[in-house]
Amino acid sequence: MSDYNFAYLDEQTKRMIRRALLKAVAVPGYQVPFASREMPMPYGWGTGGVQVTAACLTPDDTLKVIDQGADDTTNAVSIRKFFEKTAQVATTEQTRAASVIQTRHRIPEEPLTADQILVYQVPIPEPLRFLEPRETETRRMHALEEYGLMHVKLYEDIARHGHIATSYAYPVKVEGRYVMDPSPIPKFDNPKLETAALQLFGAGREQRIYAIPPHTRVVSLDFEDHPFEASKADHPCDLCGARHTYLDEVITDDAGGRMFVCSDTDYCAQRRAEGHRGRLSPQEDAA
Amino acid sequence: MRDDTLSGGFANPSVDAAHAFRAALSALSRPGHMETLAGAHAPAPVSPAAAALLLTLCDAETPIYLAPSHDTPAIRDWIAFHTGAPITPPETAHFALGRWPDLPGLEDFPTGTADYPDRSTTIIVELDRLTAEGARLTGPGIETEAHLSLPAIAPFRANRALFPLGLDFYFTCGASLAGLPRSTNVEDA
Repeated sequence: MSDYNFAYLDEQTKRMIRRALLKAVAVPGYQVPFASREMPMPYGWGTGGVQVTAACLTPDDTLKVIDQGADDTTNAVSIRKFFEKTAQVATTEQTRAASVIQTRHRIPEEPLTADQILVYQVPIPEPLRFLEPRETETRRMHALEEYGLMHVKLYEDIARHGHIATSYAYPVKVEGRYVMDPSPIPKFDNPKLETAALQLFGAGREQRIYAIPPHTRVVSLDFEDHPFEASKADHPCDLCGARHTYLDEVITDDAGGRMFVCSDTDYCAQRRAEGHRGRLSPQEDAA
Repeated sequence: MRDDTLSGGFANPSVDAAHAFRAALSALSRPGHMETLAGAHAPAPVSPAAAALLLTLCDAETPIYLAPSHDTPAIRDWIAFHTGAPITPPETAHFALGRWPDLPGLEDFPTGTADYPDRSTTIIVELDRLTAEGARLTGPGIETEAHLSLPAIAPFRANRALFPLGLDFYFTCGASLAGLPRSTNVEDA
């Protein structure tokens, strides 16, 4: 017997979050205000994602939590343990085995299925916030579909750098209506926003919930002569040799040594188990 | 007080509500997709699926409109005891419950504002028959197309034309549940 209500939150709070989630699904890309609660972790550590996950979990779920693609970092481990303790759900590190995946800033490499829910932790949900600080104004801009300022920002990137230099939290337009911040995922992941899975976004400090239903059109903003490009480091993974995955750059010494590894630890481990090898992972460590 | 006022709630409220919410979430994010929702019983003619939706989503913060078909003392008492939700006219309703012919015109319900399209009514429509055939549905949540036995076409097309404002619908029949958010395009099959 746990001393917590199932999944930590009280039932009244869960109903409030659940109603917000349903509105978010009905109006894809629109940020629904909700009465975000204090959680037993600081803002910035995924309180929004945790509240959305808590409102969605059932005892039958298998939960996976990733932080920048990794299952074994502090944030991912502590959130996973939080739900093991308060909801007694099964947990996994395998994308394929999970029914609910909470993520900070990555979409798993493995394509998601219709039976899965992807919950994003969102720091700043308002894509226009750094262009217009007033909430009253950005709300009006969304109401009027007035997104010229966002295109000006992308254009200024081109004027200054010769290309669109925005590389993460790359703005998208959802189902031809709302411009949305996909949370700070690398723009490499933007094409994966069109998926068979339901995607839910929770911003705890900013008190917003939004969603992308399955098979919803999600278009990364761009220009005809500067089309959107899903970029990544131009290397293969040094552990599994993959050329099609998003890579982290890891500094290995103070003499300029570095390695590139898949940011999705589960995907990389699975490839190595299948016998794929990279520059720094020679064949002999195959057990 | 009647016997059926106090009974009919979830046996295990937090877990049963979690399962019911997942069915409701799945139904709304996949329009036309059938879900099964059981475990709650309200006085007739409320279906088990509609009763479970009320228990899962409604509380003292969500005024409910009851269409004449469902506006009975027994149902009012059941809603008051189990959810605490106030009963209200259509123009202030967060949720509405009724049979399709008994609901007032959809224009009577709030559809949200341009700044806050979420401030709208979710309508639970009780049907005698609910199957995945009939009107053709396309839009978010639907890969190619889906079909649903809607009671009409024109009101839902008019509702879609209001997007991002508009009403969201749940259709219930026994323990069956299907959803129709405002984002779905509806056409004759």
